[in-house]
Amino acid sequence: MSAVPVREKLAILSDAAKYDASCASSGSAKRDSLKSGGIGSTEGMGICHSYAPDGRCISLLKILLTNFCIYDCSYCINRSSSNVRRARFSIDEVVKLTMDFYRRNYIEGLFLSSGVIRSPDETMGEMVEVARRLRLEEKFSGYIHLKTIPESSAELVEKAGLYADRLSINVELPTDEGVKRLAPEKKPETIRLSMAKLRQKMEEKAEPTMRTKKRERFAPGGQSTQMIIGADKTSDDGILHTSARLYGSYHLRRVYYSAFSPIPDSSSSLPLQKPPLMREHRLYQADWLMRFYGFSQPEILAGSSDGMLDLAIDPKLAWALRNRGQFPVDINRANREALLRVPGLGTKVIAKILETRRHRRLRLEDVGRLCQSIAKLRPFIIAEGWSPGGLTDKAGLRDTIVRSCEQLSLF
Amino acid sequence: MQPAQLNLARYSVQLGSETDFAGWRDAARRLALNEVRPEDISWQVELGRALHDNRLPAIPSGARLDVPRAFIDHAETAFCHSDPTRFAFLYRLLWRLRTEPKLLAIASDADTRRLETMVKAIRRDIHKMRAFVRFRKIGGGNEERYVAWFEPDHFIVERNAAFFVKRFTGMRWTILTPHASADWDGERLAIGRGAAQGQAPAEDDTEALWLTYFASIFNPARLKVKAMQKEMPKKYWRNLPEASLIPELISGADKATKDMIARMPTTPAPHYAKVQARHWPKREPARVVEDEARTVFELRELAKGCSRCPLWREATQTVFGEGPGNARVVFVGEQPGDQEDLAGKPFVGPAGKVFDAILDDAGVDRQKVYVTNAVKHFKFEPRGKRRIHSKPNAGEVQACRWWIDREFELIKPDLAVALGATAALSLLGNAIPVTTLRGQVVEREDGLRVFITIHPSFILRIQEPAAKEAERERFLDDLKQVKKLVTV
Repeated sequence: MSAVPVREKLAILSDAAKYDASCASSGSAKRDSLKSGGIGSTEGMGICHSYAPDGRCISLLKILLTNFCIYDCSYCINRSSSNVRRARFSIDEVVKLTMDFYRRNYIEGLFLSSGVIRSPDETMGEMVEVARRLRLEEKFSGYIHLKTIPESSAELVEKAGLYADRLSINVELPTDEGVKRLAPEKKPETIRLSMAKLRQKMEEKAEPTMRTKKRERFAPGGQSTQMIIGADKTSDDGILHTSARLYGSYHLRRVYYSAFSPIPDSSSSLPLQKPPLMREHRLYQADWLMRFYGFSQPEILAGSSDGMLDLAIDPKLAWALRNRGQFPVDINRANREALLRVPGLGTKVIAKILETRRHRRLRLEDVGRLCQSIAKLRPFIIAEGWSPGGLTDKAGLRDTIVRSCEQLSLF
Repeated sequence: MQPAQLNLARYSVQLGSETDFAGWRDAARRLALNEVRPEDISWQVELGRALHDNRLPAIPSGARLDVPRAFIDHAETAFCHSDPTRFAFLYRLLWRLRTEPKLLAIASDADTRRLETMVKAIRRDIHKMRAFVRFRKIGGGNEERYVAWFEPDHFIVERNAAFFVKRFTGMRWTILTPHASADWDGERLAIGRGAAQGQAPAEDDTEALWLTYFASIFNPARLKVKAMQKEMPKKYWRNLPEASLIPELISGADKATKDMIARMPTTPAPHYAKVQARHWPKREPARVVEDEARTVFELRELAKGCSRCPLWREATQTVFGEGPGNARVVFVGEQPGDQEDLAGKPFVGPAGKVFDAILDDAGVDRQKVYVTNAVKHFKFEPRGKRRIHSKPNAGEVQACRWWIDREFELIKPDLAVALGATAALSLLGNAIPVTTLRGQVVEREDGLRVFITIHPSFILRIQEPAAKEAERERFLDDLKQVKKLVTV
């Protein structure tokens, strides 16, 4: 490689990585450096060390090993037809940058992705080598997330899982047709197979081995994926359907939604507009309903006319307004499952309600003190001394709630 | 003129420091066990003073004070709060707990809420310190040391130091704050006095790289200043080197986005044609005519891209039949399940294991038989992290017969074994009562003999051990009969 200074490479290769939405450094096993005398720890919950003005947290050093790529995915700034400046880090440079940043407490670890050069195995091999050097030579115990290359060999993926906390493979777009159209060289069937193999490997390694009865360490932070939203015409219902399939089939920890964002030197086949950030936000909320609130995918948008999430209100409130027959819910009697369906009640507040009501009955004001805003809640609950009466079924209820929530946010 | 208020408190407690929880705990225990009411105590911090004033009453012999473990944990956390009334507040909570032991479980109580709010503030402050401490390197070689300046809202340095020890064990570091400092020399943690910002190093040569990263990872098309400030309030900015870039990044974002959008798509980069020619010489492989498969192995290759029914959209892959191409008996199951879908092989899941074991008991060599499914893609309903098997419908069975028929044409076995109703439907073309025809051989028009039995997953679903064992025996008898039918 020519002598491009590291700082310039860093500018190019972090710019090239910023369209990848995954950033979390959570979900791994707890560990620290007390025994090894090295550097680094993970807490289960990741730490966001900084925030960029786009509101996204900076938790990991998120870079590409190289932005040279043989693929030509039209939504990607690094596609082979793009005129973007190219650079390539050496393994040494990535290891040094990670350690230098970590020692200064700028980051939780490394998120390493890469364009594919020459062959998938060669690229994957270098990524694994970065992780190996960090773990074994630098005694680094911080977080490592590797974006695996779908076509790379099983041995390399197994090695990657040995050193990395999380592995991921991007499904790219919500439908196979979308992938074929916008990422013509990528194969959705290969991507699925890679995810399937990862799940199998994780389950296999989670079994205690015969000899040691100890579990072998393999990607303790699980696997995740990302899909780009708004680059094709898939509806929110379709997107969530894909997510539900991915969660169920490959036991992903997270599906990341990345609103398609205009990129410099963009391909003409894509909408050049501001990214649909609110849509992305609503998709994440809907995703939470599936993962933590017991909603099945089809019911989230059942009864909506266009299969799209309401941008003005959150998906749980929208669901409640469409399913008023299930309300009001009695705060003092309903079980956890029913409480999880109440708009404005989160899992933590519900835990507190369940604990508190063993000792005393809750009034509307009590519930109000526990959660952020009572406006969303009032029409959907019964509490001591409170019944919503006809409010639950009132015709203009949606507008009333939207208005009172907007008023609150003024302060 | 308020002289009467001066000495209302009967007891005055001097704590050794702002974080002297042990002193507070000891004093609180003595006072509470002597029935001293909260309003009769005043609490002060006097640095360097003895733990407590020995004028405090001794604990009456045999007296016990029981408080929930959660209170101690919470109180110890809340103790780090900068609120000067916290000592009295915590004592009041302790006082109430004697008669209201469930107090902390009542989230709607004002005192409980205040405690929770304080604990939350401490946790957040601790978390922000872990996030926003920025070390700067000084010295080199053996003298290398990392020093940070941080300004927490509360007295959290002592409480948070262990985290930094565990994270930066192999490094020598010091964190300076106005209230206290923490120092780790690689072996020992020392908590010292507060410091001034001037005592921390002003520069670090890696900072320029960090600023480069901060500016480059930001996407101007996604500007969300409020979201940033919610998590990284301005009060922290003055000690975060990267924060100096924020105003510039924000003010330039709109223009940067417009420029990006305005820039017309350009012609492909010069190397594009070369990359295409080298790596993707022919994008569309010539479609092989499906009828051309001459062996069952070629057929399997063809089935990989099957989209004859919509099931391929949800499944991972086509799970084709497996076994020798000249097998004398072909077992037909219903469809692949969760494990089969992942592995791409039939009968590897729980039902497959049962099948294998009984096959073995019957003296049939699995290596010599061909096993396949009526439907070759897994059909399921996602439910959380599980996939619940759902029965293929007649249309799906019909669509997949295209493959099954060709498998039989190429293998030409002596006998087909229909495992369950779906397999029977696929092989015979209409629904038959499996339980009544079980153990019988039905001959198709084309001469293929079809042996009818149950699917091994049926055995798995039986809960009652004796019934399960009986069913297993019946299935074993069926397989023994199959063995006879083929070898005769």
